[in-house]
Amino acid sequence: MFRSLTEPTGRLVTVSLDGRSVELPEGDNLAVALLRAGHGPFRTTPAKAAPRQPYCMMGVCFECLAEIDGVPNRQTCQERVVPGQSIRRQDGARSTGSAAAPAPAARGTP
Amino acid sequence: MTAGTAPQVAADGETVDLAIVGAGPAGMAAAIRAAELGLAVVVFDDQPAPGGQIYRNVAHPPPLPRHVLGPDYHAGAALVARFLASGAEYRPSSVVWHVAEGSLSHTGPDGGGTLAARRILIATGAMERPFPVPGWTLPGVMTAGAAQIMLKASATVVDDAVFAGSGPLLYLVVAQYLRAGIRIRALLDTTPRGARRRALARLGSAWSGRTTLAKGLGLLAEIRRAGVTVHRHVADLAAVGTDRLDAVTWRSGSVRHRLDCATLFLHQGIVPNVNTAMAVGCSHRWDEGQLCWRPTLDAAGRSSVPGVMVAGDGGGIAGAVAAALSGEIAAIAAASDLGRIDGATRDRLLGPLESRRRRDMAVRPFLETLYRPADADRIPSRDETLVCRCEEVDRGTLADIVRRGCPGPNQIKAFSRCGMGPCQGRLCGHTVTELFADLTGRSPDEVGHYRIRMPIKPVTLGDIAGP
Amino acid sequence: MSHAAFAIVGGGLVGAGIGYGLAKAGHDVLLLDEGDVAFRAARGNFGNVWVQGKGLNSPAYADLSRGAALGWRAFADELEDLSGVPLHFSQNGAFYVCLGADELERRADALMAAEAASRIPSGIERVDRAGVAAVIPEIGEAVAGATFCPLDGMVDPLRLLRALLSGYQRLGGRVQAGGRIARIDGEGRGFVLRDASGIVATADRVVLAAGLGNAGLAPQLGLTAPVRPVRGQVFITEKLRPFMPCGIHFIRQTADGGVICGESSEEAGFDEATTRPVLRNSAAKITAVLPLLRHVRVVRAWGALRVMSPDGLPVYQRSTSHPGAYLASVHSGVTLLPFHAGPFAAALAGDWLAPDLAVPFSPERFHV
Repeated sequence: MFRSLTEPTGRLVTVSLDGRSVELPEGDNLAVALLRAGHGPFRTTPAKAAPRQPYCMMGVCFECLAEIDGVPNRQTCQERVVPGQSIRRQDGARSTGSAAAPAPAARGTP
Repeated sequence: MTAGTAPQVAADGETVDLAIVGAGPAGMAAAIRAAELGLAVVVFDDQPAPGGQIYRNVAHPPPLPRHVLGPDYHAGAALVARFLASGAEYRPSSVVWHVAEGSLSHTGPDGGGTLAARRILIATGAMERPFPVPGWTLPGVMTAGAAQIMLKASATVVDDAVFAGSGPLLYLVVAQYLRAGIRIRALLDTTPRGARRRALARLGSAWSGRTTLAKGLGLLAEIRRAGVTVHRHVADLAAVGTDRLDAVTWRSGSVRHRLDCATLFLHQGIVPNVNTAMAVGCSHRWDEGQLCWRPTLDAAGRSSVPGVMVAGDGGGIAGAVAAALSGEIAAIAAASDLGRIDGATRDRLLGPLESRRRRDMAVRPFLETLYRPADADRIPSRDETLVCRCEEVDRGTLADIVRRGCPGPNQIKAFSRCGMGPCQGRLCGHTVTELFADLTGRSPDEVGHYRIRMPIKPVTLGDIAGP
Repeated sequence: MSHAAFAIVGGGLVGAGIGYGLAKAGHDVLLLDEGDVAFRAARGNFGNVWVQGKGLNSPAYADLSRGAALGWRAFADELEDLSGVPLHFSQNGAFYVCLGADELERRADALMAAEAASRIPSGIERVDRAGVAAVIPEIGEAVAGATFCPLDGMVDPLRLLRALLSGYQRLGGRVQAGGRIARIDGEGRGFVLRDASGIVATADRVVLAAGLGNAGLAPQLGLTAPVRPVRGQVFITEKLRPFMPCGIHFIRQTADGGVICGESSEEAGFDEATTRPVLRNSAAKITAVLPLLRHVRVVRAWGALRVMSPDGLPVYQRSTSHPGAYLASVHSGVTLLPFHAGPFAAALAGDWLAPDLAVPFSPERFHV
């Protein structure tokens, strides 16, 4: 279990994690804050649906991806906790985003 | 965002003297010196705060006792403060995705654009060497560097972790955990048998690097004193689990071991983060001592591409002190090349920096020999081991393609999708080159590397299209 | 040094396709491939099986493309079975979208008018914006309409090349990779092929399928390959859930989920670089046609060199001065693959190009 050795330096703010409210320290590294909140896996892979968690924490491995505020495939290790933020787990390939995501049933073959 | 009170010098359409990619020790030191010499400087960095990985968060570290992260870390605070006061324009959280002779394209919180620059300095630092063992993609397996980043970012730790691998950073993180009073399950040291003896044979040249040596030995003593279980000559490491890590297994001699654990931190040294320099087209050579690609540079850091320079660990692993020195040296060379200082001034400034760098780097051959990762830990032999984490391509698939007659890494990539994912080959490139070399009996230099393409990091089509 | 009945210079889609056909017919074939870094159209291309608009002024080329497209399903099934590599071939038709009403008008009229000249119908249709939106609801407001051809399709070009080489090897074909063939001489009743370091192979017959490399090799054998590089710059995005049931001429979703896209054509010589002005324009057009792609990340961009003849049509030729030497210089290596592996390989085996090939696709057409 990941834990912090010190009191959070930022004030606790509410974010939405897969639809439920969670309190995280404002300005904290998002991937670290999510790990401490016990979140996991962060996503499953597009190729083989394998579960993944952050690996490098420095922006090179792209394992810590999540949907943040409707935008999929964001690197959580490069983001900070912002009040009101919405984080969602991703399963497989990303959708085209909240801007336009037609239901699969609407897609036919011409 | 502008550091200090310098005016905005880098609006699109204008030309800056020096654009620096990366705000670690090399980038910061270069920016400070270049600004002192009167150059208009812009620094792009993908992190939200300056310092690079080594001095990450050092201006606002978590309230831990200073001895936990240690004096070498806190020494970075002064550099960061000087950088922020240097007058160089600083653009945090910015991704530089295209670099060419004379200009670069970037995107960040305030949008993006293309900037013309008379000189470009790539200071993108290092990343941890891939450690492709079975199960290394399981949740619960991270790098030792990641453990240290979490500690620096918000004093975040995990109890009862296993640390495995080799190299100074691994021992440093273990020591930092111990100083913070965190329980460690075990340290599995993969340093091959005989490495110490071979390294000692090269100690002669390292006399002036004795402080570095003393520090390394001190760390090991510190770990031993703390009573951590240390297994030496660990081989055949594997992470075991289905949906997440359950245990780590290894062999020592002929005995197979298993240890249950929920977290495994891997590390076997660091390699230059070469994607930017490769994407620009800088020529690279395989460094047999460091077992990595490094750009071909002259003493001041000029690459094979006119106007493009490289400083810091991105040009070859030398550590934070040498990185900062190489940044300063590159800045002085850039000022001289741009005609801002005369040759005599240049030589007067460079002399002491170059001798300090020489002294600092004398210990490198010793360290490279001592912590040279075992062949078996770099070149996977089990077919099921994943080489490419993004596309989930295993060793067996690659070996099969090579056996059927394949000219090199780019054909491997095309045929297997290895290296085609979002990490853009960063976590498999070195492995593919070495695996191919091993299977065909050729040298890594003959085998070559993936052709690295733009964008240097994934950016959106909207970023590329512009407003 | 190796000897073969047929030596094929070039291990791309054209060379491997011809080799596959010859090996399948039981011939002894050696495929000579260049090193890892070469101008490889086969590794840079889009993967379109494409018919519409081809051969507007050449019914023979229109029919060649259409015949090949009609043979693609059977060819794909055969190759998948043999190689075990999934090709992700689909033939759901494709749109060529036009941003302006005028462009749509002109294009549709030209394609409809040319339709009657071909023996094989293509089923070309003109579709208005609503018609495109009915299939791809995310289509941008900027799109005026499209032409749609049901014969158009797509295939994974990289898996295709891998499958071809693998199938070819299973059929007994040999591959020799590493050297760039620099010189070919007719000696006695055969040919001697050399790279920079010396003799690489000897063969009874030789086929030049070296893409842009044909230009330098052809004259050595009394052949003509008036081909030049025409650069295209292409993006591939991160993986997306399937959202495109069929392709747009310069945007298609791969089976892996990534969207391959880009529209550019430049005379840039032998330079595979990507350039920002072209990438910017291309990205702007892509996002105008499919605005949702604005927020999708590009993982890789690359430049690839098309093998272009003066009129864009293939060049097929049999040498008269060096009997047994042949040449295939082709831009559409994907679309025409079933032809190269089928009728063209059969023609080589019979050592004769029938007039329907020899006449319309001879390089002599450039001398009139």
